[in-house]
Amino acid sequence: MGIVRRLTEKPWLAPGLDPSTEADARSFPSLTAAAVGLRVYFGVATIMFLLIAAVFVMRMGGHEISTDQRVDWKPMSWPPLLWFNTGVLILSSAAWEWARAAASRARSENLRTGLAAGGVLALVFLAGQLTVWRQLEEAGCGITATTMSAFFYLITALHGLHLAGGLAVWGRTTAKVFAGRDVAEVRQAVDLCALYWHFLLLVWIVMFGLLLLT
Amino acid sequence: MAYTTIADDTRPLHHPKTWVGKYVWSQDHKVIALQYSMTAIGIGVVALVLSNLMRLQLGFPDTFKFITPSSYLQYVTMHGMIMVIYLLTALLLGGFGNYLIPLMLGARDMVFPFVNMLSYWVYLLAVLVLVASFFAPGGPTGAGWTLYPPQSILEGTPGHEWGIILMLTSLAIFIVAFTMGGLNYVTTVLQARTRGMTLMRMPCSIWGIFVATILGLLAFPALFVGAVMMMLDRLIGTSFFMPALVSMGQQTNFNGGSPILFQHLFWFFGHPEVYIVALPAFGIVSDLISCHARKNVFGYRMMVWAIVVIGVLSLFVWAHHMYVSGMNPYFGFFFATSTLVIAVPTAIKVYNWLLTLWRGDIHLRVPMLFAIGFIFTFIHGGLTGLFLGNVSVDVPLSDTMFVVGHFHMVMGVSPILVIFGAIYHWYPKITGRMWNAMLGQIHFWVTFLGVYAIYLPMHYLGFLGVPRRYYALGETAFIPHSAHVANEVITIAALIVGVAQLVFFYNMIWSYFRGPKADPNPWGATTLEWQTPHTPPEHGNWGPKLPVVYRWAYDYSVPGAPQDFIPQNVPPDGIARHHAT
Repeated sequence: MGIVRRLTEKPWLAPGLDPSTEADARSFPSLTAAAVGLRVYFGVATIMFLLIAAVFVMRMGGHEISTDQRVDWKPMSWPPLLWFNTGVLILSSAAWEWARAAASRARSENLRTGLAAGGVLALVFLAGQLTVWRQLEEAGCGITATTMSAFFYLITALHGLHLAGGLAVWGRTTAKVFAGRDVAEVRQAVDLCALYWHFLLLVWIVMFGLLLLT
Repeated sequence: MAYTTIADDTRPLHHPKTWVGKYVWSQDHKVIALQYSMTAIGIGVVALVLSNLMRLQLGFPDTFKFITPSSYLQYVTMHGMIMVIYLLTALLLGGFGNYLIPLMLGARDMVFPFVNMLSYWVYLLAVLVLVASFFAPGGPTGAGWTLYPPQSILEGTPGHEWGIILMLTSLAIFIVAFTMGGLNYVTTVLQARTRGMTLMRMPCSIWGIFVATILGLLAFPALFVGAVMMMLDRLIGTSFFMPALVSMGQQTNFNGGSPILFQHLFWFFGHPEVYIVALPAFGIVSDLISCHARKNVFGYRMMVWAIVVIGVLSLFVWAHHMYVSGMNPYFGFFFATSTLVIAVPTAIKVYNWLLTLWRGDIHLRVPMLFAIGFIFTFIHGGLTGLFLGNVSVDVPLSDTMFVVGHFHMVMGVSPILVIFGAIYHWYPKITGRMWNAMLGQIHFWVTFLGVYAIYLPMHYLGFLGVPRRYYALGETAFIPHSAHVANEVITIAALIVGVAQLVFFYNMIWSYFRGPKADPNPWGATTLEWQTPHTPPEHGNWGPKLPVVYRWAYDYSVPGAPQDFIPQNVPPDGIARHHAT
């Protein structure tokens, strides 16, 4: 039932149970609570990264800067490793998709491979990002060098923390799968992890694109 | 007895056996609600004491030697921050949200009870970090609750060493806690309503809490981003917000940052925050008025839509807090317009409250007194908001006591009156005992008249041009003697109101042990929380069977019905119904 019809219902008119109006009154009958909760969280994280992007763009344009200030916005040369990391994160996301398909078909062998690949690739991504941090520092582009680099560190840190949170769930799920638990038991966790990974991939691509714009 | 928790979770509800499991590491939404409320009220009392200390200084300058200019600024800052975030937000959403959502919707608990428990403990950690700043070297920050850079992190502002760091850390932790709670509230409202509880059968309280939570989830990230960036500026010397400047005769290493950017981030959070506090209060007061006037809330759909519209609009008005920041005047025009547009849905709500009262069977019990008191203070604060929403009026009044009078009326006193009303209203359900009505009335009248004595003269002071945030006015030509007298009177009123709250605490604590046993539904209310098999409700709320909802939440004084209320879970058979609607 459409949201407009739900919100224009006249609740004072018809007491009783109308089977056409939400018999058990769940707004998203096909989704579990965890699936809805995760989507709501996507809203929160999206706003957070969008705000950083907005501040980044405003700061780049010398927002409200007074005339006697030196322009501190220097473009940076990005280490090629960032492209490699992006590729790894795409692969990680693909592995999760594979694990999801395996879980829905109850193929535990494929599920194990998918889970292992998805998690390990994410770890490689994080290690790669840390290496980029070190490379930038060695090149004299540490967090305090320019505002551009400060934004880079901030964005990668927040994105990395989100991924680390995902890895905690990955650890728990993988432990269950490798302990031989039933696939049905972990299907929801795998589904939601896969979705979360795709979301973080999208966030990374948008934020990385933003950094490249400069 | 094992119950199922929520519709899509068939595992039995785990009943804790130990005292610690029941009351400390509890996953029961009712216990978490009380933990949130107690902590919020506890830290709120600290903020109340701080406000009285400020008033002592303003009313009787040069009298209290322990109040220095620095400590005065610290009182201002901590009072504001604690009241807005750690008391009002936490109490209305963490406290009432937690208690009412599952009970009013006919659920057994929140959908993620463990995350809910975590939310409280993380909130407590945020409060402890905040309290720690009182004991840190240099004391808490005195940057004003808006924490504007560059002054907030530079030498010369009290608490610039540790206070500001602890404040920013505490805010970041609070936002994590709020997000965990918020995800729970939103998902529970969407997914865990009982059979028959359609969106438009939800009580207004739930609508207010629901939309306020969504607002919080969208607005708090702005504060989070701002806090993290400012922390980086302070700790490792980045220049997100810090321009090149000379501080204490020394050129700093900052360069190119924009303090105005912080203001945008802060108010992108800060203005919705007003409605994060106001919307739950709007919702709750609608239910209090309807129940104690024995009349259905006037224009229920309009009330719900107004809540949603106010929520949406509140995301587009933030820069009306920044008219004097030097931003582009065209921005001011846009934000003044959007600000004044909010008056439309808000006025709809006010008229509907009045029309709900109109020819109602009004019972002037203590919760109703507070609800009606709210209508007064809210209209008052709302009207002065229309003044300040206009750029040309705001510019001369900005940073005067007029602003202090305005926002205390509209978002300080108004939600607090609703909170008191709500506590009196739901206390019999929460504790199973009834409070003393005489003490409740004394509490109401002293508080209600007292806040008028405090805030009404402040508008006059503002017109005179008395600035806010000043430690002492000194000998200033444009400030007449009457302003000093007014300040003394305000201080005396503030002290009386502060002390009067002891009556409330005494009443609540005494009644908890000695109050007469309360009826399960003493007000004859229709909503589900009053229909639980036990009072106070047990873990799992509903006994073996969840309630089924057959009607909206406002079937009061239905012609032909045997009583003047029909609870939401009473089936339609046998009850004649001749509504004129």
